[in-house]
Amino acid sequence: MGNPKSPRRIRLSTNPTPQALAELRLGDIVYLDGTIYTAREGVYKRALEDNANIPMELPSESAANFHCSPAAAIGEDGSYNMGAVTATASFRFSKWIGPWMEKSGAKLIIGKGGMTVQDYRDYFVPNGAIYLTTVGYGTGALLGRGVKRVKTVHWNKELGLAQAMWVLEVENMGPFIVESDLAGNSLFERENTKISANLDKVYEGTKPATLKRFGETDDKSDEMIG
Amino acid sequence: MIAIDLIQQTAEVLMDKAAIEIPQDYLDGLQKAAELEDGDLSSFVLQAMLENYEAAKQDRRAMCGDTGTPRWYVKMGNEAQIEGGPVALEAALRRATANSTNGVPLRPNRVHPLWRTDHDNNVGIGAPEIEYGYEPQGEWLDLITVHKGGLFGTDYRMLFPSDGIEGIKRFYLDCLVAFGKRGLACQPAIIGIGLGGCKDTSMVLGKRAACLRIVGDRNSDPKIAELEDEFKELGNSIGMGAMGFVGKSMVIDCNIEVGYCHTGGMQMSVHAFCLSSRRAVARIFKDGRVEYRTDPNWFTDYQRRETVEWETPKAHAESA
Repeated sequence: MGNPKSPRRIRLSTNPTPQALAELRLGDIVYLDGTIYTAREGVYKRALEDNANIPMELPSESAANFHCSPAAAIGEDGSYNMGAVTATASFRFSKWIGPWMEKSGAKLIIGKGGMTVQDYRDYFVPNGAIYLTTVGYGTGALLGRGVKRVKTVHWNKELGLAQAMWVLEVENMGPFIVESDLAGNSLFERENTKISANLDKVYEGTKPATLKRFGETDDKSDEMIG
Repeated sequence: MIAIDLIQQTAEVLMDKAAIEIPQDYLDGLQKAAELEDGDLSSFVLQAMLENYEAAKQDRRAMCGDTGTPRWYVKMGNEAQIEGGPVALEAALRRATANSTNGVPLRPNRVHPLWRTDHDNNVGIGAPEIEYGYEPQGEWLDLITVHKGGLFGTDYRMLFPSDGIEGIKRFYLDCLVAFGKRGLACQPAIIGIGLGGCKDTSMVLGKRAACLRIVGDRNSDPKIAELEDEFKELGNSIGMGAMGFVGKSMVIDCNIEVGYCHTGGMQMSVHAFCLSSRRAVARIFKDGRVEYRTDPNWFTDYQRRETVEWETPKAHAESA
């Protein structure tokens, strides 16, 4: 049994300065202060493909885009009941993320599982943005505690609760882990490379299936999200 | 006769418990894994999860914001009678699902696959799923709700007898490695494996092995029980931990269920229940008593029977 080291913990604004972003290292633990908004496929399609006007001032109101649908309800009186908050897997939004960053000025993309290094180099690096991953996954109750209040919900009627744009005031919201840096390096990719080195040994005593499938790979270092 | 109001009321309590309270067997398993974990990042993740379970209970808020796709397993003793019959029962479970989605609150995940219509209540065509099982004796009704995550960590493959254990191991590792990268499977998890049956039953068996059996439980066939131990160890030897970071905690437990299959095939499915392992169970008796628990105790000898006729063993009759 080893003795694991505790990672570095950092408080970060949801409108971070370039210097603050430059100081972040892969694997740092981040807690956020300010305002974040949720936007995923519904918002991206509406804003980028249907060219609807984004109902917020971006990035001045917030430069932090959360890939998330909260476990929340809106009461008949318009009040909000915010429960747990957990991210959804970001790789599915690759086709929109570049145009979205250009349009919104987002500097922090927060989600589950990161995106490909290709996405980081093509979209994140030119826009001076980084990726923060949620932890677990499923520290929804801890993240929910970091939400001080729901400021407003945009496009609920058009997109439904899960896809609507939730604008959240947050304080010390976390933990998140720095997955990509300003140079476009990826923590997940670094870890995958280390793990892949051991896989041939793990697979000893197994054999490939008799009946193959289209597109099958036997290269265990392949990523699934590309 | 079991009162329909009591069924709905109990179902709503179960929805709340499943979303908020981590089952003790899984919590114990995760704590053990956290003690053994020496990867810096994996270890941090497991500690954060342990804090998260506490926060959820203290605040009475869902453990995870993705509250999965709520479903129901209903088991009845052979002599159980439901007020209003099975149609009333299904209506009560649909009402409880809708009410709790807004009450807990849960995320309204369920949408139409093509039109993406969202009723904001997790109810729609075929949702929530309601599955049934029966036991030879008893006047009780078991309600089990499972809120399994819906997107990653599950796969199916048609293997053949010639693939053997080596082929089973290969597909098992393929699933863990593929979905374990970047933590898409939300590991460490209870892994369920379904072997045999037909394609659909293989999937059902694997899902039930993951969701309806607890950590530490072993298949009643001693040779399958040995495989479960071996597969747990194999999964934890990959070198991958929580979120796909370097580590050694991938599998909290591995449960295998089998069903008789076509003589030429060996169907296999793999399912990963997530870090929140949301399940809650209640037994409702006809006198109105309700007993809550977290072990579904689904796979009884009767569920695994292989004979034409069934005679309840005397020793089991009392507890069934």
